[in-house]
Amino acid sequence: MKNGIEIRWHGRGGQGAKTAALLLADVAFKTGQNVQGFPEYGPERMGAPITAYNRISADKIRVHSNIYHPDYVVVVDETLLDSVDVTAGLKKTGAIIVNTAKAKEEIAGRLNGYEGRVFTIDARKISMETLGKNFPNSPMLAATVAVSGVMPREKFITEMRASYEHKFAKKPEVIDGNMKALELAFDHLEKAIKSEKMSLTA
Amino acid sequence: MAIKERMSGNEAVSYAIRQINPDVMPAFPITPSTEIPQIVSTYIANGEIDTEFIPVESEHSAMSATIGAEAAGARSLTATSSAGLALMWEELLLAASNRLPLALALVNRTLSGPININCDHSDGMGARDTGWIQIYAENNQEAYDNFLQAYPIAENPNVHLPIMICQDGFITSHAVENIELLEDETVREFVGEYQPEEYLLNPGKPIAVGPYSVSNYAMEGKKNQEIALENAKQVILDVAEKFRAVSGRGYGLFEEYKTEDAEYIMLMIGSAAGTAKQAVDDLRDQGKKVGVLKLRVFRPFPAKEIAEALRHAKAVAILDRCESYNGNGGPLGGEVSAALFRNKVMIEAVNYIYGLAGRDFTVSDACDIFGELEDMVQNGKEVEQYQYVRLRK
Amino acid sequence: MRTDITKINEKTPHQELTEGLMIFAGGTSKLFRTGEWRTNTPVFHEEKCKQCLLCAPVCPDSSIPVKEGRRLAFDMDHCKGCGICANVCPFDAIEMKEGNL
Repeated sequence: MKNGIEIRWHGRGGQGAKTAALLLADVAFKTGQNVQGFPEYGPERMGAPITAYNRISADKIRVHSNIYHPDYVVVVDETLLDSVDVTAGLKKTGAIIVNTAKAKEEIAGRLNGYEGRVFTIDARKISMETLGKNFPNSPMLAATVAVSGVMPREKFITEMRASYEHKFAKKPEVIDGNMKALELAFDHLEKAIKSEKMSLTA
Repeated sequence: MAIKERMSGNEAVSYAIRQINPDVMPAFPITPSTEIPQIVSTYIANGEIDTEFIPVESEHSAMSATIGAEAAGARSLTATSSAGLALMWEELLLAASNRLPLALALVNRTLSGPININCDHSDGMGARDTGWIQIYAENNQEAYDNFLQAYPIAENPNVHLPIMICQDGFITSHAVENIELLEDETVREFVGEYQPEEYLLNPGKPIAVGPYSVSNYAMEGKKNQEIALENAKQVILDVAEKFRAVSGRGYGLFEEYKTEDAEYIMLMIGSAAGTAKQAVDDLRDQGKKVGVLKLRVFRPFPAKEIAEALRHAKAVAILDRCESYNGNGGPLGGEVSAALFRNKVMIEAVNYIYGLAGRDFTVSDACDIFGELEDMVQNGKEVEQYQYVRLRK
Repeated sequence: MRTDITKINEKTPHQELTEGLMIFAGGTSKLFRTGEWRTNTPVFHEEKCKQCLLCAPVCPDSSIPVKEGRRLAFDMDHCKGCGICANVCPFDAIEMKEGNL
């Protein structure tokens, strides 16, 4: 895509990768962009590998195919690295974000020689700390926004709060936890991006 | 004022239904159209519309009840996909022959077998000879806009035919994209109230719907039905013009994208046309004279208009998202070829079958097809006249 | 657009037929002289009739009119001569004769 980015999500049925893709489309729309958020459907079952996609652009989006050369890949479940070629077609100039507790170096060695940037985030830990349950969705969404830079952090946080307030109108107690998860994930990724830049300069 | 939103194709059609507030909706759920009755029944439960929703036990019953309601004098509709449409088949013909202007939101999905839930046009194409008007959409915006135009077309006294508003299953039905919506008030004014002149629940003015017709009358009746479908062509254009006035978005029987000076044209239906337009832009950057003709109205079939639009091209790729199992190509391939021949437009026409049961169609697939047309015309390359795109060989 | 079916027949061109071949009128079967199809004809012997009225409800073509509790003469415009009335009459008040009389 000339004036925009393409993102591919890998997750497992029930983990919310599709929901995350739709949420990203939602929040990007609210910042005035043209968006596409869509899942690739099969005989969907809990735990089966699934794929979802985003296109985000300043221009009108017309293409209706899946994404084969994404700018970014988001892996919501680390165990997919064993069975799915997650970096297939991923641009070298792009990046991959993996939800894992493992070290970045260890993950990087399992990406079929991918030469672009690799980011890791322990979304499970963040989710357990902030929500008391494993919902990797929110941290992964924040990580994706942080790495891709599709919108500024402030704008993202404001829009997400509005969206959670709407979505959880009947469960306001979970709003703060979700917001905290977004902030923690953003902090983590901003730090990672900064240290990456510093090592590049060095 | 246009409302800028983002929603999926199913949400967009449901939103249009809410704005129209039809009288009766019998429906039976089937993937990928299930969300439409689901969302509409939520609107009803929330008191946003007073449509009577009838949960039926099959699609056969859904179409039967829709026909009954429409004949009774109620503005009626249903939604379905794939096998659901197949189960309606007998009733589809009755809706048309009884000249009932009801609407059906079709979310295109392949017909079994092999069993598969993804998009192709075999369900809609299977119903191509049932006497319905069929309008296809490229994206959520068109699905919404087409649905708003459905009743003004179908209910026109020169038409009085059922109308199928189609969109690609999952590809547009489940993809969230930007969309511009009209205000409720604008829609209400545009669509208007349904005021049938004759209907069953009309005390003192009895009518007989669907009486037995002996051979001495039946053929004349069928001809009249065919004339109504021909009339629909002009009505579709008139309604589109009125729609442009309220929405700013114009529609025709088909859309011509950069075809004016095009030597090679790709003719297709549905969401893949957007992908092909991207290919056209990419190839135009390389100096190739290519274009896309996206067919919006498949029934009535604008044969003469298509032939004229292709007259000055060197070759056309006719893309079918449906196999006809006739050993000779897809339905669009057959009808476009006949249109070209009858109008003496003797250009090369290759029929490609693509996207069956959700097989993806990409910008590079479209570029390859344009490349093949060029190779055929310029270098005399022998090209299979009826072939599959992206088939593993 | 009410339908006058007397103006429609097997020579009517398609342009003059009704939309969807629907009939925008009621009770039009009265205008069909099904009595012309008769090959046997019931003859009513009024002197034998006890006005038991068993005949009227069994007539498939409603061709035995009843007024103020008494049956009247056959409606020969619509009687097809099936003979059911003669069959149910306990008093031989209805006799079937051959031919369309």
